[in-house]
Amino acid sequence: MNGIIQTNKYKTVFLFSGSILLAVFMALSVVLGYTDTSWKTALEAFTHFNGSNEHLIIQNARLPRALIGAVVGVSLALAGVLLQAITRNPIASTDIFGLNAGAGFFIVLAVSFFNITSLQQFTWLAFTGAAVSAIAVYLLGSAGRNGLTPIKMTLAGAVIAAMFASLTQGMLVANEKALEEVLFWLAGSIQGRKLEWLYPVLPYLLIAWAGSMLIFRQLNIFLLGEDVAKSLGQRTIVFKILAGVLIVFLAGGSVAVAGPIGFIGIVVPHIARYLVGNDHRWVIPYSALLGGILLIAADISARYIILPEEVPVGVMTALIGTPFFIHIVRKGQFK
Amino acid sequence: MSKYVTVRSKSHSMLLDKKALIISIVLFLFMAGIMSVSIGIGELYISPLEVLKSLTGTGSGMNDVVIQQFRLPRILIAVMAGASLSLAGAILQGVIRNPLASPDMLGISTGAGFAAVTFITMFSNQSNNLKVSIGYLPVAAVLGAFGMAALIYILAWKRGIAPVRLILIGVGLMTATQALTTLMIILGPIYAASQATIWLTGTVYAANWQDVNSLLPWFLILVPVLLFFSRTLNIQELGDEVATSLGHSVHKGRFVLLLISTALAGSAVAFTGAIGFVGLIGPHIARRLVGSSFGAMLPVSGFLGAILVLLADLAGRTLFSPLEVPAGVFTAAIGAPYFIYLLFKNHG
Repeated sequence: MNGIIQTNKYKTVFLFSGSILLAVFMALSVVLGYTDTSWKTALEAFTHFNGSNEHLIIQNARLPRALIGAVVGVSLALAGVLLQAITRNPIASTDIFGLNAGAGFFIVLAVSFFNITSLQQFTWLAFTGAAVSAIAVYLLGSAGRNGLTPIKMTLAGAVIAAMFASLTQGMLVANEKALEEVLFWLAGSIQGRKLEWLYPVLPYLLIAWAGSMLIFRQLNIFLLGEDVAKSLGQRTIVFKILAGVLIVFLAGGSVAVAGPIGFIGIVVPHIARYLVGNDHRWVIPYSALLGGILLIAADISARYIILPEEVPVGVMTALIGTPFFIHIVRKGQFK
Repeated sequence: MSKYVTVRSKSHSMLLDKKALIISIVLFLFMAGIMSVSIGIGELYISPLEVLKSLTGTGSGMNDVVIQQFRLPRILIAVMAGASLSLAGAILQGVIRNPLASPDMLGISTGAGFAAVTFITMFSNQSNNLKVSIGYLPVAAVLGAFGMAALIYILAWKRGIAPVRLILIGVGLMTATQALTTLMIILGPIYAASQATIWLTGTVYAANWQDVNSLLPWFLILVPVLLFFSRTLNIQELGDEVATSLGHSVHKGRFVLLLISTALAGSAVAFTGAIGFVGLIGPHIARRLVGSSFGAMLPVSGFLGAILVLLADLAGRTLFSPLEVPAGVFTAAIGAPYFIYLLFKNHG
């Protein structure tokens, strides 16, 4: 499949403009919001900091929010690309497959029963949760006669997601204090997160970003089919495990910082493939940029929908993503 | 000796599978057993003899109140809701031809959940009281279930309903509805949030006779209708091509079956909240016991569903007493290990 951007020259140009667009959206995210600030104030907050309310908001709330939004958006989109490629399932993503729910469950478990509040531990719990879900979905999906089919894997994901969701709810019923603490986080939000939350996961996310960029060739070969890939000398099992680890880092890291944010991972890879075709050399960087842009755009709009309150960004991405999701399913690559 | 028992009357005749008949009777007795144990056990222990006395109308003061006002309606709701959810799951698994389908996966339960939470949030005032009668909550939930089912059906329609499309659209809408439900919880007061969370987990706590009276007609109408359609289910399970060549109107049959399934799941969820996994496990165990012919499998899954919810509620009331754990937590906790067991069994 070819995308609408044909030549490598244009692809490079658009990739460059995409990075600028991402920067513009991040700047908008710093300036726009309930507290009225101008570009000038925003700039002064960094050059001539005077301790005023506006400056404090920009430095301590808006800037971290923009940065976290970009990092999480990129990570979720990359997780979606990898997952769709290795399962050859156009609606694969970390939320549909229950990875986000698994990571969320482990964190709520830690908060309500073991009083864990260290960010370092959160990170590892989120990784564990995402990994447990991923392995369970893979095993459940490939059980039975026909092996791993998209529909079976999707259903297995829904089962695992439902299981972790009801167990999480059960814990919250027993513990009202935890409910208050984690409710907003559970909906998926990048509001009020401090940059310190990002630091413990950032190394893993950066490794996973680099890893995703490096394996584009293997991904392209894998897309030809597992048998073909094998006959071309690819060690498919090793490759799948490697991709799985990257996905767990990306999904677990995002959930630890921002809670389970859905639909970015499904929608973005489709837009990227529409633009540049199936070659993952381009799909991966384009998805990364688009993921960041989309999440920040959703976050900015989430500030204005029900002023003066805010909608969690996870709700916004669901609202934007669902029509798109339905379109993908109806286009019907499923038989 | 034949595998079947023949039943004949003047105008009708049918074959009853002997094995299924025996298993159904055993399960029925087992269910009745748990019901009677469950009536006696709880915060206040009541001996079986006292229970019997109270049920026959010769009991005494305190015990009578506990049994007749609190435990009996609760147990009856558990039985009906469990059976309905399990049957709804059995239908979906037959129509979609996949053993992982169930009302909670298809978003029907989440649709009801969204409607219920919206209801709680919208009609709560500052002092945490509902402005309208709580009696309307089930109405909202049923409407939510049907609204969701209709939406899934319409969006999945493309020259007919392909089961694959149905389930995928269902899963997608389920994820989206969950996000909206969380939004509703956040918008409401924190008191409403804990109410809503309990409801979403599913519990038969505080069921009363009014609930029983409202659920009973649904149950009594839908179950016989479903048994009548068990033949349609058998044909649907063969796949579209075979079913069509047998002269079966595939899409009409599918529509009726989905309607029954939604009504069963919706009415159950309306009174108990979204108790998960019953619609998944019930039919599964039933198929293992009596095979996949729906005439035999439906009654068995009904009994199994009832038993599951009864046991979950009993465990929720007693294990962590005085804390009440919603039944939905236990059905999920049983559901998970069961699936892992299936997983290893299929691999080994």
